[in-house]
Amino acid sequence: MNEFLRHHGSEIARLTFEHVWLTASAMLLAAAIGLPLGIVLTRQRRLAKPVLAVANILQTIPSLALFGLLLPVPWLGERAARLAVVALTGYALLPILRNTYAGILSVDAALIDVANALGMTGMQRLRKVELPLAASVILAGLRTATVTCVGVATIAAAIGAGGLGELIFRGVASVDNGLVLAGAVPAALLALGADGLLGLLEKRMAVRR
Amino acid sequence: MAAQGVEFAQVSFTVEGGRSLLNDVSLTIAPGSTTALLGRSGSGKTTLLRTVNALVRPTGGRVLVGGQDVSQADVIALRRGIGYVIQETGLFPHMSIERNVGMSLELAAKGKSEIAARAAEMLQLAGLPAEMARRYPWQLSGGQRQRVGLARALASEPAVLLMDEPFGALDPLTRAEMQTMLRELLHRVGKTTLIVTHDLEEALYLADRVVLLDAGRIVAELPAGEVRASEIPQVKAYVAATQRGGAA
Repeated sequence: MNEFLRHHGSEIARLTFEHVWLTASAMLLAAAIGLPLGIVLTRQRRLAKPVLAVANILQTIPSLALFGLLLPVPWLGERAARLAVVALTGYALLPILRNTYAGILSVDAALIDVANALGMTGMQRLRKVELPLAASVILAGLRTATVTCVGVATIAAAIGAGGLGELIFRGVASVDNGLVLAGAVPAALLALGADGLLGLLEKRMAVRR
Repeated sequence: MAAQGVEFAQVSFTVEGGRSLLNDVSLTIAPGSTTALLGRSGSGKTTLLRTVNALVRPTGGRVLVGGQDVSQADVIALRRGIGYVIQETGLFPHMSIERNVGMSLELAAKGKSEIAARAAEMLQLAGLPAEMARRYPWQLSGGQRQRVGLARALASEPAVLLMDEPFGALDPLTRAEMQTMLRELLHRVGKTTLIVTHDLEEALYLADRVVLLDAGRIVAELPAGEVRASEIPQVKAYVAATQRGGAA
């Protein structure tokens, strides 16, 4: 074990960092798209069905296939990490979008009524009433998306985008279980860590009634 | 703000599919008076109430508040000048009592100290202790919550106060306490008040005038004192229905 770490320790650290970087970039991008879009869908409800359907389909494409399909796309295919971030963003989008939309719509209609009757503008209602009351649902979406992203990011190594998947793929190719675990264990810990952290935040955001 | 009158001029409201919830309702509410909108469930009383602050847009006729046509008014400004109280669920669960009560001032971008002062004043007016300000809605009883709802509606010093079944979710004792408090408070603040209720006793106790609605139409409009002796069939039926306990 010690011997193994001495040999691979710095590589594991580097790949873990790459993995976190891939996931975090994708999550930021997905949140930057998913949150505002989810809010817009609650205002333009007839758009909700088609948009959510597209996000849904994105989610069902096998990740390996998605990476492969994006490879020939001009600007994207140039750099593996770029492509990986875009593909991961696609996967993270649905849970964020869906939960933002559903979270806001689940706010008690009577409270929306009161907010309107108090003379809130649409923006004030969003900031003061809808987002705070939907926060824990929205966070649950971010949490699902993050965990999915950490997992799918291991596949990114297949197109040379780096990350912990590299160790796993190499381990599988050379039938070296130690190498597979060296990739899988940190990836699992990352997922668990993100899940726990965001879960805590989600609990703190829950509103008692 | 000084109390303003409310006028309904041939107000109709038809939902998609053709069902008519309000049918040619005309009614004048004098400034400073208290009017009860009475009727069974589905009679259109809540819909009529909600046309005043433009939560419902009539499909026909006009609603005037202080002489101004609601459909022409800036809806945000209009609503900020009208208090609105609903059944239990109306408090924002994620906000302290003080923030709930001071919300109309927060929306008007008033300073923190002014908001705190007004909230304290309103809590006192509604008969609540000052230390309530820091609590949250879930920590309050149903009656206390209703008082907070009332305090919030009055905090903006509205010209008109709308109440939709304000005490519908309360037990009879708390309800009676709240009615006593409200009656006294309405006398003091002199707001033009519209109260939706299906409770005849409540209507007679709180209101100067009673309007009885049935199937989206006004079937009677009377001073509260004349309701029991009225010969109008629908009014007689309503009065009779409330006296079946053998009290009379």
